[in-house]
Amino acid sequence: MKVEEKLFKTKFKADAHEHCHLKIKDREICLKCDTKPCTAFCPAQVYTWEKDKIIVGYENCLECGSCRIACPYYNIEWRYPRGGFGVQYRMG
Amino acid sequence: MAQEKFDCIIVGAGPAGLSAGYTLAKAGLSAVIIERGDYPGAKTVMGGILYSQAIGEIIPDFYKEAPLERPITEQRVMVLTGESSLQLGYKTKEFAQAPYNSFSVLRAQFDGWFAQKVDQAGVMVIPKTVVDTVLKENNRVVGIQTEQGETLYGDCVLACDGINSLLSQKAGLHQEWQPQDVALAVKEVLTLPKEKIQDRFNLENNQGCAIEFMGTISKGMTGIGFLYTNKESISLGIGCLLSDYQKSLIKPYDLIEEVKSHPAIKRFIDGAKTEEYLAHLIPEGGFYRLPPLYTDGMLVCGDAALLVNSIHREGSNLAMKSGVLAAQTVIEAKGRKDFSSKTLSSYKKRLQKSFVIQDLKKYRKMPQLLHTRNELFSRYPQLASEIAAELLRVDGRPKAEKEKKIIKKIFETHSLCGWGKMLFDFWRATR
Ligand SMILES: Cc1cc2nc3c(=O)[nH]c(=O)nc-3n(C[C@H](O)[C@H](O)[C@H](O)COP(=O)(O)OP(=O)(O)OC[C@H]3O[C@@H](n4cnc5c(N)ncnc54)[C@H](O)[C@@H]3O)c2cc1C
Ligand code: SF4
Ligand code: SF4
Repeated sequence: MKVEEKLFKTKFKADAHEHCHLKIKDREICLKCDTKPCTAFCPAQVYTWEKDKIIVGYENCLECGSCRIACPYYNIEWRYPRGGFGVQYRMG
Repeated sequence: MAQEKFDCIIVGAGPAGLSAGYTLAKAGLSAVIIERGDYPGAKTVMGGILYSQAIGEIIPDFYKEAPLERPITEQRVMVLTGESSLQLGYKTKEFAQAPYNSFSVLRAQFDGWFAQKVDQAGVMVIPKTVVDTVLKENNRVVGIQTEQGETLYGDCVLACDGINSLLSQKAGLHQEWQPQDVALAVKEVLTLPKEKIQDRFNLENNQGCAIEFMGTISKGMTGIGFLYTNKESISLGIGCLLSDYQKSLIKPYDLIEEVKSHPAIKRFIDGAKTEEYLAHLIPEGGFYRLPPLYTDGMLVCGDAALLVNSIHREGSNLAMKSGVLAAQTVIEAKGRKDFSSKTLSSYKKRLQKSFVIQDLKKYRKMPQLLHTRNELFSRYPQLASEIAAELLRVDGRPKAEKEKKIIKKIFETHSLCGWGKMLFDFWRATR
């Protein structure tokens, strides 16, 4: 089962783009980041490396907090989605 | 929100916040709980085994009305390597009767029920609201501000906001956690008909089974997996240190797929359908990494204070107990009309007298040991599996020869001195 299929099973209430809760602070730093661990450990594959650029698919974020702690350059500005938005676990 | 002042403002409607709210309500104090989720439970993840003792201390008859899945009557530990598994189990009828030892639960449902009880007791739970920061006056916490800019004042603020406790960071209590302080867990809830669950796990009607597993299945990362039976579903997941994920570049969703395809797990979930996919962090740092637990006008409870006994996979019970003890501290402070850190320091003393800090202290050396003794997740399970295979394989070779081979294997792993040191380290880590 692919991660996309897994995420499809989980309910989200996506907020508008201007309220995106994850931001890359400095894109230059990502260019220098060797292993780009965020593209591996993020359980929702929010970060993907495409054409020399990190893409942030914030809508699928499971709000675990890993990227805030484990980006080796602390290059991710991490907030909670606005109240009531984001992941909505039905089982937990 | 109205500009009124509360005795206590609680941030987070998880087990810690709800336990604190209930205790304050019963003592007649005014409090409010603010929760960022659409409803309590929308953001929380647990394995999850709920321990009766902790919730029973707060709501003694909880098992008569709470949405619980199955009372756990059997616990198993499995060591998984390659295609093989080694097992140890314990089953007892005693756990199938009131007051029960533990239950499997689904947190979205359980938290909703608990929040309703708190509401009925007189403490309002306000959902859909993110608390942005604490308000301070003269270096003392006096309230909170929401992301919408609304302010709310209280004599005391309880940070019950879980592992990503941004609130206590903003209050200046501690810095960001380190990747080795937390485990990243992924979980799936898989639906399976009742009869199949009962058949496959050998269970009588509504009883439940809890399995924990470790071994080379975590690919050398420090990690533990779990499989718990619910009424008509199975909770399956695995958590590994975030620092190990950071280094290994293993993808958590690939790892859980490998878990699902291990023969020892596959037979349990065959035909089951993934209903939900979840991820959450678990505190792993233990005693030595505990942050400050209080400051003027503020207390920190549950995961926000890293109060998890990762050796025994207990967290919700420590969260509940710390919530109750924080509430008792607030009640005492209210009596004295003094919410200074001096008065609030009795919270720490209360925790020290309880199982919460005593258990964390007992296992204080374990996190470091698990870190350095990485063999536990690679060579040791492999060795155990090879020994079992050697012992059980009937291949016409004399037993004496097999014994020799086993002893050789054991001492290829460590010298006698090395094994002695390993055992001594573990013995000492649990003193
Ligand atoms: C995969 C997994 C398996 C586990 N298994 C078990 C188990 O089997 N048994 C067990 O006892 N424990 C288990 N635990 C641990 C247990 O889940 C936690 O210890 C427990 O939930 C901690 O409770 P808490 O109230 O401190 O935090 P949480 O349950 O995390 O609750 C915090 C609440 O605060 C809210 N919040 C956070 N920030 C804000 C904010 N700024 N504003 C408003 N609201 C906010 C959140 O939405 C959340 O509802 C497990 C944990 C995980 C991740
Ligand atoms: S880990 Fe941090 S620095 Fe590296 S690519 Fe990801 S966001 Fe950029
Ligand atoms: S919080 Fe977790 S799920 Fe969300 S982007 Fe960061 S690592 Fe991925």
